[in-house]
Amino acid sequence: MLLIPCPHCGNRPELEFRYAGEAHIARPADPSTTSDQEWAEYLYFRSNPKGLHIERWRHVSGCARFFNCVRDTVSDKILKTYPAGQPKPDLADIVKEAHQ
Amino acid sequence: MSDSKITRRSAFEGLHPIQVEGAVTVAPTPYATRFSFRGDSKAASACSKGFGVMLPNALLKAESDNGRTAISLGPDEWLLIAPDGEVEALEAAIEKALDKQHHSLVDISHRNTAFTVSGPKAETLLASGCLLDLHVSVFPVGMATRTIYSKADIVLWRTAADTFHVELWRSFVPFVWGLLEEASHEL
Repeated sequence: MLLIPCPHCGNRPELEFRYAGEAHIARPADPSTTSDQEWAEYLYFRSNPKGLHIERWRHVSGCARFFNCVRDTVSDKILKTYPAGQPKPDLADIVKEAHQ
Repeated sequence: MSDSKITRRSAFEGLHPIQVEGAVTVAPTPYATRFSFRGDSKAASACSKGFGVMLPNALLKAESDNGRTAISLGPDEWLLIAPDGEVEALEAAIEKALDKQHHSLVDISHRNTAFTVSGPKAETLLASGCLLDLHVSVFPVGMATRTIYSKADIVLWRTAADTFHVELWRSFVPFVWGLLEEASHEL
């Protein structure tokens, strides 16, 4: 079973978690002045990369907190997890850290 | 007007006892007062004064004193357990200690129920549906966490080397109890 390192609880089995989509997607500050295209981009369009993906997870059957996770979509390897609210990390740094 | 009366019924009524001689005993715990408390660390330390037990700051910990227990479930969430019938008194004491600080205190006495799993094979029996490593070196006495047993959310708290307190929603009892009973035949 995949072990996911919750930033609060440590390594836990994946069945305790729920996936919650791509991370660091900011809601437009003023939706009433946002064009249909921009709003559609915000609502529906995701990066869907082959490789490193920054995504939200929730440790629902544990501490119940949302957190962010950097996962390789090819190997399913999780390179880093960090509490929600922290700034988006630099992916190049994460790759470097992982190969050390 | 009808004279209907609400009778309290145990969630464990009519279930087969689970007992394997010399290996494991699963026993319901008495009714209890329970609260879900949420707030920041400042609110938690104020709540500790009203509750009478220090709410642990560290995650995955349980603190007990004088029949009361506080379990930290998340960075700002605690489960408070006290003897039955103390809802009003505790609520008043905690609200007074908090003095209108931002927090949430919810009575979940009747939503949750609990049982203990004890005996030399307690770890083995729980491992039938629990995914965590329950060895005492990894899951020591005094550690507690929310996790899952099969598909049901439980709060697992190790009260002694061979005893676990399992806290769960009362509607999950027949499901969890049935699986434990099944697993107990294989011990």
